[in-house]
Order: sequence, then C-alpha cells, then structure tokens
Amino acid sequence: MATVVAVIASTHHPFYYRASTATGEDRPPFADEWVRKILAFRETLTRANPDVLVMVGSDHFHQLWLDNMPQFLIGKAPFYDANWYNEEREFGLPRMLLRGQEELSGHLLREGLDAGFDLAFSNELRIDHSITCPIITLRPEADLPIVPIYTNIFAPPLPQPKRFVQLGRTIRELVESWPSHLRVAIIGTGHLSLELGGPRQFGPHGPDPEFDRKAVEWIATGDLDRCLAEVTLDSLHAPGNATHGFMDFMLMMGVAGAGAKADHVDTLDLFHTMEAYFTWYPNGALAA
Amino acid sequence: MSKYLVDKFLYTVDRDAELVERYRDDPRGTVAWWEAERANAVLNCHTGEASTWLRFTDAEREALAEHDYVALFGLGAHPFLTLTLFIAMFERDHTEPLGFQKQYAVRLAHFDLPYPDIAT
Repeated sequence: MATVVAVIASTHHPFYYRASTATGEDRPPFADEWVRKILAFRETLTRANPDVLVMVGSDHFHQLWLDNMPQFLIGKAPFYDANWYNEEREFGLPRMLLRGQEELSGHLLREGLDAGFDLAFSNELRIDHSITCPIITLRPEADLPIVPIYTNIFAPPLPQPKRFVQLGRTIRELVESWPSHLRVAIIGTGHLSLELGGPRQFGPHGPDPEFDRKAVEWIATGDLDRCLAEVTLDSLHAPGNATHGFMDFMLMMGVAGAGAKADHVDTLDLFHTMEAYFTWYPNGALAA
Repeated sequence: MSKYLVDKFLYTVDRDAELVERYRDDPRGTVAWWEAERANAVLNCHTGEASTWLRFTDAEREALAEHDYVALFGLGAHPFLTLTLFIAMFERDHTEPLGFQKQYAVRLAHFDLPYPDIAT
C-alpha cells in the first residue's frame, strides 16, 4: 500500500513568486524573510522524499464557473496546464505544465464515490495558483506527478465545514489503501482571515489577527473539536469575506488526523494577510 | 436573478485581454454590446445554443456602465471578480503600490457586516 510521507498545509499567496524573484528597488522589504521561511518549509517536503503529490486547492473562477459548479472535483488527466492569463497579468505567474498520476486519480475518484462523496471529475483541468503556488514554494522543480483536488470555498452555497474535514479523512484513508509502493505527500492550501473586494482589504495586517491566532493554534495542535465548534459557514464571514478558504485548512486537519500535532509550524505577518505553514510527518520518523 | 449575469460579465471580460481594454476605454458601449451579443451564450456549448431570458436590471447595467464597483458590491456581485477586473483596468493609474486596492477599500468603508449576499 502507498505511504503518506508528509501532510502539508499552507496559504497560497500569489505574490510570493514575484516578491521572491524581484531584485533591486523592485524587491519588497519583506521578501528576504519570506524566502527564508519558504526555504525551511520546502525542506520539510524534500526530507520526506515523495514520489507523488496530492494537491488540494480551489479554482478561482478560472476553469469552474457558475453554470456548472462542483463542490468537490478530482482532476484525472495525464498532464495539467497551469496558470491563466489573468494570473500572469496580476501576479506575474509563469505558465507551467505538470504531470498527472492518473492511476491515483482514478483510485480516489472510484473509492471516494463509494465512500459517500459525490465527486465531480475533469479530464481537461487547467489548474490555477491555488495549486501552482505550493509547487513554486515547495517543489519548484515541478518534477513530481500530481493529483489535483478542487473544493468550492468560493461560490455559495458551500459545503459545511465538517464535510471538508470528512473529505480530508477520506482522502488520507484512500491514499493509504492505494495498492502502490509509492510515497505520497498530501498538500493543501487555504486561507486564514482574508478580505478581497471588500472594505477591509489590503490593510496593514490580515483583517482579523485574533481569528488567525486561534486558527494557527487549532491547526498546529490538531484541535478539530474546538475548530469545528467555533467555525460555521456563517461565522466565517466575520474574519473577512474570503475566509471560507479556511475550510481547506480544515480539510488538511482531517488528513492529518484529530489531535495530530504539526511537526513544522511557521507564520509570517504580511501587509494584508497572515501566511501560515504546517507540516506533519504521519510516521514521525522524519520529524526534525 | 440577474446577479448571475453581472458575474458572468465580469468573468468573461476578465479572461480576455482585448475585452479588458475595451471595457476600460468604452464601458457603456462594451456593456451594451456584451448584453446584446454575448450575454446569453451558453458556456461550453457550440454557437446556436443561447439563453432566451437573461438580461441585466437597469441598476446592474448602469453600475457596469459607470465602472461603479461600489454599486456592484452593493448589488451582490462576486467581490473577487469585481476586484480582479478593476485591478486590471485601474491599478496602472496609481503610482503607490496597492494604491488602487487601498482606495477601493476606502470607497467601500460604509459597508458593515453582513455584506450584501453574493449567492447567485
């Protein structure tokens, strides 16, 4: 059976690529610290020596649209083109091509359906920065095959938070039941408090530092009970209008397991959001 | 009901570099053309399949024609779509980093929770 060698959760700030590659006057003052934190975070994946990456993210109205919006979708293709014109335009992101792992996609799709998730699938998925940003930060060689999984945190009505946790648990079980000798890392990206297109956007800190502090604590300690007790679809409006992306962090808590303490926890307070990085080693052997 | 069509306008323009410039330069004309020629295309279908009933309300049409992102927020347009497209059109007019985005926030400062519903 396949081995889950690392579980990783992070934000997917699209400014990282431009900030980290900028030079001279164009380089923002926070870039060097951000790069140092990312290099340490990247090492947590490198150390796990994975063969395959299961990547959880959320389409930002690039491929998936309101005419036919899936709640949970698995990519099932041999290759994935990545990033879009408006991401090049706004964030300077490069076009990318990533290899797929169709066998694992098929396994997660078939077994996920049988486990009670009515998953959508796509044979023609073009992925966006929710998945390419963690490739850029964690595996810039972009040399490992991926299985992309998209969740809807963006276009209401959304699934309930507990459903994200349940899907995370199921993904973990299904990866571990995959008849393969390969080493799999499960990586997902979400948000802490975040406001986009609203009155609290682009302030000096994230819109709700108190929520961020609690959220980082929940994730770092695997405190799913408290997290599920405090977070609802309605409550997530309060920390910022894009904070429903936190449910992808909750999904990753489901992957890691209740009570699982993260082996690597780091944060960076940027000008309008708190960046957060977590890694768990399920077998413990790789902990630093 | 037509909140969906406002989002569809923002979505389809944002994905097309030529349309972004056309909407910046001639907002009223672009909105009129789009509603007449593009609004009812059923996405992912061949030509010839179109909705027969989708149209903007007067308030929606005017908000789009005036580049009025404050009004669009009030009407429940998806804020990610509005922000992204308007950054593409107007960030270039500001010299300070994030100058447009900060001005955008200030102009929305009179909105309190709960924000207008964005469900379509």
